[in-house]
Amino acid sequence: MISGILYDLLFDYTLRTVAVGAAALGAVSGALGSFAVLRRQSLLGDAISHAALPGIALAFLLTGSRATLVLVLGAALAGWVGTLVVMAVVRWSRIPEDAALGIVLSVFFGAGLVILTFVQRDPSAAQAGLDTFLFGQAATLLERDVAVILGLGAVAVAATVLFWKEFKILSFDPQFGRSMGIPMLRVDMILTTALVIAIVIGLQTVGVVLMSAMVVAPAAAARQWTDRLGTMVFLAAFFGAVAGTVGALVSATAVRVPTGPTIVLVVSALVLGSLLFAPERGLVAAWRREVRNRSRLRTEAVLLDLHALAGQHEDGSHPHEIGALEAMGHHPGGAEETLRHLRKRGYVSERDPGHWVLTEAGRERAGRILRDRGGVP
Amino acid sequence: MTAIDLEVQLLAIVVAVTCALPGVFLVLRRMALMSDAISHSILLGIVLAFFVVEDLTHPFLVVAAAATGVLTVALVEALYRSRRVKEDAAIALVFPALFSIAVILIARHAGGVHLDVDAVILGEIAFAPFRRWEVAGFDLGPRSLYLMLAILLVNVGFLLLFYKEMKISTFDPALAAALGFSPVLLHYAFMSLVSVTAVGAFDAVGSILVVALMVAPPAAAYLCTDRLPRVLALSAGFGALSAVIGFWGAWAMDASIAGSMASAAGVVFLLAFLLAPDRGLVPQARRRSRQKVEFAVRMLLIHLLNHEGGPKAREESQVVHLEEHLRWQPEFAERVVRSAEKKGFVGRKRGEELRLTDPGRHLARRTMLS
Repeated sequence: MISGILYDLLFDYTLRTVAVGAAALGAVSGALGSFAVLRRQSLLGDAISHAALPGIALAFLLTGSRATLVLVLGAALAGWVGTLVVMAVVRWSRIPEDAALGIVLSVFFGAGLVILTFVQRDPSAAQAGLDTFLFGQAATLLERDVAVILGLGAVAVAATVLFWKEFKILSFDPQFGRSMGIPMLRVDMILTTALVIAIVIGLQTVGVVLMSAMVVAPAAAARQWTDRLGTMVFLAAFFGAVAGTVGALVSATAVRVPTGPTIVLVVSALVLGSLLFAPERGLVAAWRREVRNRSRLRTEAVLLDLHALAGQHEDGSHPHEIGALEAMGHHPGGAEETLRHLRKRGYVSERDPGHWVLTEAGRERAGRILRDRGGVP
Repeated sequence: MTAIDLEVQLLAIVVAVTCALPGVFLVLRRMALMSDAISHSILLGIVLAFFVVEDLTHPFLVVAAAATGVLTVALVEALYRSRRVKEDAAIALVFPALFSIAVILIARHAGGVHLDVDAVILGEIAFAPFRRWEVAGFDLGPRSLYLMLAILLVNVGFLLLFYKEMKISTFDPALAAALGFSPVLLHYAFMSLVSVTAVGAFDAVGSILVVALMVAPPAAAYLCTDRLPRVLALSAGFGALSAVIGFWGAWAMDASIAGSMASAAGVVFLLAFLLAPDRGLVPQARRRSRQKVEFAVRMLLIHLLNHEGGPKAREESQVVHLEEHLRWQPEFAERVVRSAEKKGFVGRKRGEELRLTDPGRHLARRTMLS
């Protein structure tokens, strides 16, 4: 099946169009989503994409046109108005931001549904296209849709390149930016507009309900691999493109697999993989670090205690009973297993059953540990 | 209006009130968007449970859906506590994934399942009256009305029983822990309640509009008063109002009932945002302009007192003169003078010359002293 898809990708014109469009929208939303995630505005994307619905429906109702550019511009305008409403409510009332987002996303969406019922009543309206905006339909992507995605996406990317420094300051230290005399409110507006663009160009493929995942998930996955903004944005764009392409191709070639949910599942898998396996921040790496640290602390405690016991005895090579070691209270769970482990590495040896002594290498090692800890060897 | 319209209207009101009550605590605890997450991911519970019992009306579906809601909360918190992502991102990662699984399952098995993805998003309250509850041949009314009434009863019972605990743990979680009841346990009990509510409402209005009913009426109520019992009562009232306006709006426009109810909830919130006593934008603007005039009246009185009996008293007391001396716009000066006159602080002599009255002189002196 995979080779079949690859073959089609190379030689099937429709499929190639779908793949290019999905890759482009995934890359743009991944890149712009990085800023949203860093600014703790992950759910703004959810609000914008839902708020876009009345814009799509109104644009169709007013112009009678199903041209992607018209619908997308309507969506962008509505999404942008929704963002302004969130900002206004947060600024001029005591409603917390999350509630403001919830109100905007659900009320705008509800209004969109009402307008959609008007659209659907018009029998001459070719309204089939509007339904795909709920869950997305990659198979309906035509060449001119992809042109819109590429064109508007290029605008959003250009804004990111042009205002890279300002976006970076806005994401990490807006107060500093203000003190430098940068008009942060204007920068915020530009970044938000770029985010709105990144979201609306994905609506036809991913759908309003799930587009928020394309904003957050690639960025959240990328965040696990790096601490540098530039790397994160590139990686997020890459993850977004991969998820978009794979999801769109699977759904365009399989029967009855909606595009939006498929893309979201692919990108969720990328997030899960990153959370688990990223170096440094990955949960598996962290777990292994913890196991290693714990085992190091355990062996060091046994070495040091044996060293201390040897120091108390006139004959430094006198073996000590394991009970004496455990009585020192630094070895929860017993010292036996750790001692065997140390013997394998040649630091201790067992004279009589249950009686242990440091070897020459063990003495040296204990001395080095003490020196590292700032004690007297 | 037919009996069916009446039943739909009644159901809409019950759904709105049932959502508005727990919504208050969601808004106050800054967890409003948990309603978004829960209302989406419960679909997975419904679908999986349906595969087991193969009956869309089986009560097991409600249980499984509510369990998925609680699982969502737990997943979001686990993700957030791993400190790999922020809380808002955790929400935005978990529910789309669960929801996507559910949608794909429905789409793949569309032939066998009488579950429609559009209905999930949009709700189908208009069809609710066609699913009746009959006992021994007697028609008792629509099933979902009884389900919602039961959930409403549970909500009210929970809030009555744990009102004090919910209040303390909402406004002062540290105190709640110090007093010895577990905020975590209470939190999960409450989130179960939200999940059950979302499941019931979801059937009627669809997943996204559950958010509108859980967030907008409580937020509007929160703008109108500071007392928790009043917030709860107002929130329920606003919810019911949204249901009534929404239903009749939909009836008049022949449009989606759920969409119309959400829009009505938005309008109610907008009105509260603009007009709420004290906190609304309009009362705030009026208060500011009133304060501005009050302050200007004091300035006028002090100005008059300063020049009273002085050589330029007559000149300084002309209304025209205020305009250049205090740099007031003519109409503002007129407004200030009229306000001062009305309160009996100044009188006009020979047309345009202002004279302090005794109360006016007294107030001017007291203002300068304070």
